[in-house]
Amino acid sequence: MWKQSSLMQFVVVTLVILVLGLFEWWQPLGLSVSTLTGGILTFNTLTRIGILTIVVVGLNLLMGYAGQVSLGQAAFYGIGAYTSAILTTRAELFGFPSAVAAAWWWPWLLIGVGAAFTALFAYLVGKPILRLKGHYLAMATLGLGIMVYILLRENIGFRASVLNLTGGFDGIFDIPRLRIGAFVLWPIERYYFLVWGIALCALALAHNIANSRVGRALRALHGSDIAAEMVGIDTADYKLRVFVLSAVYASVAGSLYAHFQAAVSPTPFHFLGSLGFVVMAAVGGMRSIWGAPLGVGIILFIQDLLRAKGDRLLAGIGNEAEPVVFGLVLILIMIFLPNGIASIRHRHPVHHSGGGA
Amino acid sequence: MSRSLLEVERISMAFGGLLALHHVSMRVQAGQIKAVIGPNGAGKSTLFNVISGLYRPTEGDIRFEGRSIVGLKPFRIARLGITRTFQTIRLFPGMSVLETVMVGLHRHTQAGFIASALRLPSARREEAAMRAQAMQILEQVGLADYAQHEAITLPFGLQRQVEIARALAATPKLLLLDEPASGLNHQERVALVDLLHAIRAQGTTILLVEHDMDLVMDIAEEILVLVYGTPIAEGPPAAIREHPQVIAAYLGEE
Repeated sequence: MWKQSSLMQFVVVTLVILVLGLFEWWQPLGLSVSTLTGGILTFNTLTRIGILTIVVVGLNLLMGYAGQVSLGQAAFYGIGAYTSAILTTRAELFGFPSAVAAAWWWPWLLIGVGAAFTALFAYLVGKPILRLKGHYLAMATLGLGIMVYILLRENIGFRASVLNLTGGFDGIFDIPRLRIGAFVLWPIERYYFLVWGIALCALALAHNIANSRVGRALRALHGSDIAAEMVGIDTADYKLRVFVLSAVYASVAGSLYAHFQAAVSPTPFHFLGSLGFVVMAAVGGMRSIWGAPLGVGIILFIQDLLRAKGDRLLAGIGNEAEPVVFGLVLILIMIFLPNGIASIRHRHPVHHSGGGA
Repeated sequence: MSRSLLEVERISMAFGGLLALHHVSMRVQAGQIKAVIGPNGAGKSTLFNVISGLYRPTEGDIRFEGRSIVGLKPFRIARLGITRTFQTIRLFPGMSVLETVMVGLHRHTQAGFIASALRLPSARREEAAMRAQAMQILEQVGLADYAQHEAITLPFGLQRQVEIARALAATPKLLLLDEPASGLNHQERVALVDLLHAIRAQGTTILLVEHDMDLVMDIAEEILVLVYGTPIAEGPPAAIREHPQVIAAYLGEE
């Protein structure tokens, strides 16, 4: 049985998502979320918050709970996105009959294929690099992210010049929408509910892991690697498993992104994308499952705000306003709320003892 | 003669040019309370780190229940039944005392990522059983009142007890205690002695490193004295007290 409080949190969040979605869909009295916020908060943004929440909640398990830094999460996001993009638009190159590639279940299968492929990739890469600690691990994952980005951008595939596997800088277009039978999950009002359905599942699974024997083991190895080993916890194995899990989360989100944009290009999978995920996790609060949607929401909201009003707010800075503001937000968070926004309403599960050294 | 629980056979441990342990041999019999003493820098903690697998000895062998454990990863050694506490306390920040002890139960429980993520009935039953068992251990150690406190915020003496409770939760055959009495006040020391006797009465063998000579003489049945990484004496407290080399090492040679 769930603790009453966490069940309530899920119910409230689910209701908020439903209300926002239905409000935007029906637009009572001609009002919508975007008209009420002056065009800043749109269905598009709300959907993207859902997609990125999946990535960031995986990152929270890895960084916030297990204490393992990853500056390469965009690589896994990208592998998921490109697996879906390539195999829905270029299935015949891999010898799949066109009847299969046109089937409605094919893109759904590919979300699983992408996740499995990403898991294998993360396992093989994670095994050597997770021996590293702290800054060294951060550097290694950074390198990983840069490598994957270059592979996507430089259009490397087998017989690359002939097959044009990743589409290079331009990427891949005409990615089909997801559908169930003949029911297409588009326009965006429909896709919004799919994305948030999956995001809520991702949050629930992560919540369960965090509050279990496994979650305790992750927090233990974060707190003291050696002490965890000394009670029989295979810390190397746990690090690898949570790394793979976070990669799978990112991959699923990547596939959802590909079908959302109907196109992919290398840019979102750049190192700056990975950095963005870390900022979102830090702003929201890494040691809380709810930190993920909070952090993503705040960052995307600021992003949209800057794009809409940035010129007037920060005249002269122009395109550079975004990194400047994010840097500022991150600094303020680190100073005033080192455990993220989620720590504001976070009721401590443990009492702090009054006395003592 | 029955086989010893732990047999340390001519262990040496070199860090670069520094020889921290030199041909140390020692046996610990099942059911014993044994102590390792020696002045600062004698290699006592190094010996513990070698036994628990944090360091790999440069030479020599260590057998636990007749099986060599040299080269095994620390978690494997823990699973064979050797757990320990630390001289500098290593608790998990953000965890309650109860959760910390539940971590100690890790090796006796199963729930993995999938069972936990889906909250399968098996995982839920196990979680409830762990909670109950951890509470029982806390009652035995006398920490039940602090179950919900964050472990690292407790007074020093209690933190040491939490470490012992965590190690006990893993039901070791051999419990290694690295300076369990350091930093404790008189009252806490008395409680510690009682606790150690209770642990031994349950059949757990104890090997401890300790500075506090009174405590060691009080509870250890056998003592090994290390000086500069070399064993200079081994025997019951009475004999160690009278041993000329030990007196010289502790009082300084005149």
